Amino acid sequence: MASVSIQCISKDYGQTPVLRSVSLSIADGEFLTLLGPSGCGKSTLLRILAGLEVQDVGSISIGGRVVDGVRPKRRDIAMVFQSYALYPHMSVAANMALPLRMYRLSAFQRLPFLGRLLRGAAQITADIDMEVSRTANSLGIGHLLSRKPGQLSGGQRQRVAVGRAMVRHPAVFLLDEPLSNLDAKLRVQMRAEIKELHRRLGGTFVYVTHDQAEAMTLSDRVAVMLDGELLQVAPPQGIYSDPANRRVAEFIGSPKINMIDVVVRERGLIDVAGATLAIDSDIPTGTPLSLGIRPEALCLADHPGQGILTGSVRMVEHMGSDLFVHLDLAGADQPLIARLLAERASRIAPGQRLHLGVRADRVLLFTRDGQRLRREADLVCRCVTPLREVAG
Amino acid sequence: MSEPLVFTKARTGSSVIRRAPLLAVSPARRQALAMTLAGLGLAGPAIVFLLGLFLLPAVAVIFVALTDWQFGAVSFSFVGLDNYRELFADATFRVSLVNTAVYVLIVVPGTTLTGLAIALLIESGNSCRSFYRAIHFLPFMATITTMAIVWEALLHPTMGLVNQLFAAAGLPTANWLRNENTVLPVLGLIGIWQNLGYAMVLFLAGLKRIPQDLYDAADVDGADLWIDRLRTITLPLLGPVSVFVVIVVSLKALESFDAVKVLTQGGPGHASEVLLYTLYRESFEYLRAGYGAAIAVVLLGLVVSLTLINTLIMDRKVHYQ
Amino acid sequence: MSATTSGSMSTLAGIFRHAVLLLTGALLLFPFLWMVSLSLKAPGEIFHTSFFWPAQFYGIENYGKALTEAPLLRYLFNGFVVCALILALQVVLCAPCAYALAKLRFLGRDLIFAVVLAGLIMPHQVLSLPLFIIGYKFDILNTYTALILPYAVSPFGIFLFRQFFKTIPDDVVHAARLDGLSELAIVWKVMMPMSLPAIIAFSIFSVVGHWNDLFWPLIAVRDQSLMPPPLGILAFKNEEAGSDYGPLMAASTLVMLPLIIAFLVGQRWFVEGLIQGAVKQ
Ligand SMILES: Nc1ncnc2c1ncn2[C@@H]1O[C@H](COP(=O)(O)OP(=O)(O)OP(=O)(O)O)[C@@H](O)[C@H]1O
Ligand SMILES: [Mg+2]
Repeated sequence: MASVSIQCISKDYGQTPVLRSVSLSIADGEFLTLLGPSGCGKSTLLRILAGLEVQDVGSISIGGRVVDGVRPKRRDIAMVFQSYALYPHMSVAANMALPLRMYRLSAFQRLPFLGRLLRGAAQITADIDMEVSRTANSLGIGHLLSRKPGQLSGGQRQRVAVGRAMVRHPAVFLLDEPLSNLDAKLRVQMRAEIKELHRRLGGTFVYVTHDQAEAMTLSDRVAVMLDGELLQVAPPQGIYSDPANRRVAEFIGSPKINMIDVVVRERGLIDVAGATLAIDSDIPTGTPLSLGIRPEALCLADHPGQGILTGSVRMVEHMGSDLFVHLDLAGADQPLIARLLAERASRIAPGQRLHLGVRADRVLLFTRDGQRLRREADLVCRCVTPLREVAG
Repeated sequence: MSEPLVFTKARTGSSVIRRAPLLAVSPARRQALAMTLAGLGLAGPAIVFLLGLFLLPAVAVIFVALTDWQFGAVSFSFVGLDNYRELFADATFRVSLVNTAVYVLIVVPGTTLTGLAIALLIESGNSCRSFYRAIHFLPFMATITTMAIVWEALLHPTMGLVNQLFAAAGLPTANWLRNENTVLPVLGLIGIWQNLGYAMVLFLAGLKRIPQDLYDAADVDGADLWIDRLRTITLPLLGPVSVFVVIVVSLKALESFDAVKVLTQGGPGHASEVLLYTLYRESFEYLRAGYGAAIAVVLLGLVVSLTLINTLIMDRKVHYQ
Repeated sequence: MSATTSGSMSTLAGIFRHAVLLLTGALLLFPFLWMVSLSLKAPGEIFHTSFFWPAQFYGIENYGKALTEAPLLRYLFNGFVVCALILALQVVLCAPCAYALAKLRFLGRDLIFAVVLAGLIMPHQVLSLPLFIIGYKFDILNTYTALILPYAVSPFGIFLFRQFFKTIPDDVVHAARLDGLSELAIVWKVMMPMSLPAIIAFSIFSVVGHWNDLFWPLIAVRDQSLMPPPLGILAFKNEEAGSDYGPLMAASTLVMLPLIIAFLVGQRWFVEGLIQGAVKQ
């Protein structure tokens, strides 16, 4: 078991910077997810951790040992690849046995035919076979050991890839979007299995994904990466409700957070699309701000009033238990999106005028250059009466 | 519940309105007919030539092989398998067959192994790849007739560069192309020289198809020395390509003619007589059409069986992913 | 520490790679260089020195002799004419057929494709005898027609174009039909422009093959004025009785030159075409 420490890693491919001074500490046994959009450098960071790629600047230590320049096999890590990278010409058993054979057998003992005759080889091989079948059984693929990867389903291949990583009992597991090639249903199931695996094995997991749901459900902490930069590292709930800056806030959450540019009118008051919201604060008059309102921080209100946004409904998207209402506000170019409980809002139709209250404790304030203003913003909120239920 | 009913009704109604007139060809059939006409029209000219220039001659050659016809003769008679009987009784043909086999056995392993080695070397680094690929490939597209003359100059018994160098190095010299023991190996080397680049290109294509991920996985799994990577990934995954290279180079070797024609005319004695050269001489120098056709049929048989073997092996290979 | 060892290891491996490849490359290229070198040497010098660089530049005499004593320009011209006409015929005949096989569904398509495949595996030399008889019967031996006609259609060309056409989406064809193009117009106005890489690959393939061919011209023509380059060189060699290598090598160099230039220009496509062709079976 080992902690992982990443210090000021930078990496360029030619002219394009891919990683910019990334620093991150991962605790022993932690499940950390690298979350970011496609192309932001997640895989590159993971490959640098694995030793498959060399950083330009910075240093990596695993289990307190600096591993810069150390070959992957000596880093006590295992990796599950996005494509699984199973050896197509080897049976499942041989795939899973390969790492153990490479570690335990000498070069001579690995020779075909001849190697088996060498002293000790038979015993080690038998041990390896036993461990492989034990691991395979624990993953429910014991009956597939003699098959080739080409004869397996996507989910089974995924398990074999995990099994190949597991047999060696590495200190650190690196997983690069291991679920992205599976269909939606299987993905949810494998997600639970990976979580369970982490609990059972207790190793340090570094998990790369661009799927927020995976990141949120699996991780102890999520590291949000954008354009090669690490923007925030925090537990899943923190990432969502307390983003470090505007880019994180906009990346996390679907539908996207509503951003409204406002200017503080006089002390504590701002105009939003004709309505007035009050912020009891000492932000100077005239300060330009961006107001971040998550779709679920909006709720139905009966009539206009202070802190109530009014607009006409452009579109309603039914999502089953919820529905998303797109509301055109006067003077705003983007519609405001609200997530409302379906049972309360089922009668809303396009074209209708709608009043939405804003939950003050959920509103996020940003400066125009994207910095988060962390102050207790207490906007006045007047929602329809059973507010707790809506929030729940 | 009522919806499907409404739907059925609507459909019946429309079918009544759009009922096709009696006796008319249905649109689908008319379209199929048009397609067939277009297809045959487009493929027709090529097919006529294919039949006339490939299939008909192939049938003809099998037919002529059953006769005693000679070029220029006004009549011929069927002799059944006599040509084949004579062929396999003929010492020259047997020598030719054996020489061809020896030649193939020199050229194929030599070409395949060196081609593989060079492809691996080229692919093992990033620099100058296309340069190396180009210079190793150049002999494959050279005009063998002219290059054979260059080889002749190089191998000249007294004044050729090869013998001069061998003599300077204290190695035995020889009259390479006039010596029964050396002529076939030397021709084989020229064959390797020529086909090496082709094998290399095919192997390079095979190497390109191996996903980088597998090498990464092997690195992480501890198979990170070049010999381990070669054994666990590269060679097994090149398996199908290797079969293909072996077959294709065998076909090339079976069809080699130019160097023999220019350099040795099958000599000394019959030491460098290969199948295609025998075919050429019997048919077009001795004008024994029936006999030559029998040789052509043997050659055709060899080529077709090699191709079939290739297809069989390719089909049998497990389709990786 | 280990970084530096692996670093120096890979430097060493890199040096080894370059050393071996330069050596093998030099060995493979040596005959070409030797050919050029001999073409520049005086008769006396050819076998008396193993030095690569001629002591006395004799290029003008050798090349002059090659061009005057043998109808070398005629050979080259024949080569160009034959290769160009063969290529033109092949493209004109193969492209529509390949299109029909790739994009149209019609009765007999599989049979036609089987015929193409049968032609593909047939070595052309095996067919030389009946082709010779046909040529004799129609009295076209010893003409350009005899050199060109047997290669009018190329099964490989049909196969290669078909492979390439199959990668072009059907929707392109449908759109062209909606625009009112006839099937033949689709081949020439839509498919061909989109298949430029395949056409170039096939062209180089075809031209190189027929430029270098010795077997069939040896059978089909006798007149010196009809000989393509390899046959011409062979005739030149026999006349010279193999003693005067200088002009012979000069002639050889001139014969190889167009190919080498074509190769250097179209190297990428050529290799591509080979690989495509490799997938054929
Ligand atoms: N070998 C390479 N050469 C040049 N650029 C590269 C190379 N590998 C990756 N890149 C670039 O680096 C950036 C980051 O790539 P990386 O694979 O780390 O992205 P990622 O976050 O894993 O994306 P995805 O979610 O799509 O896998 C990309 O813009 C990519 O184009
Ligand atoms: Mg990635």
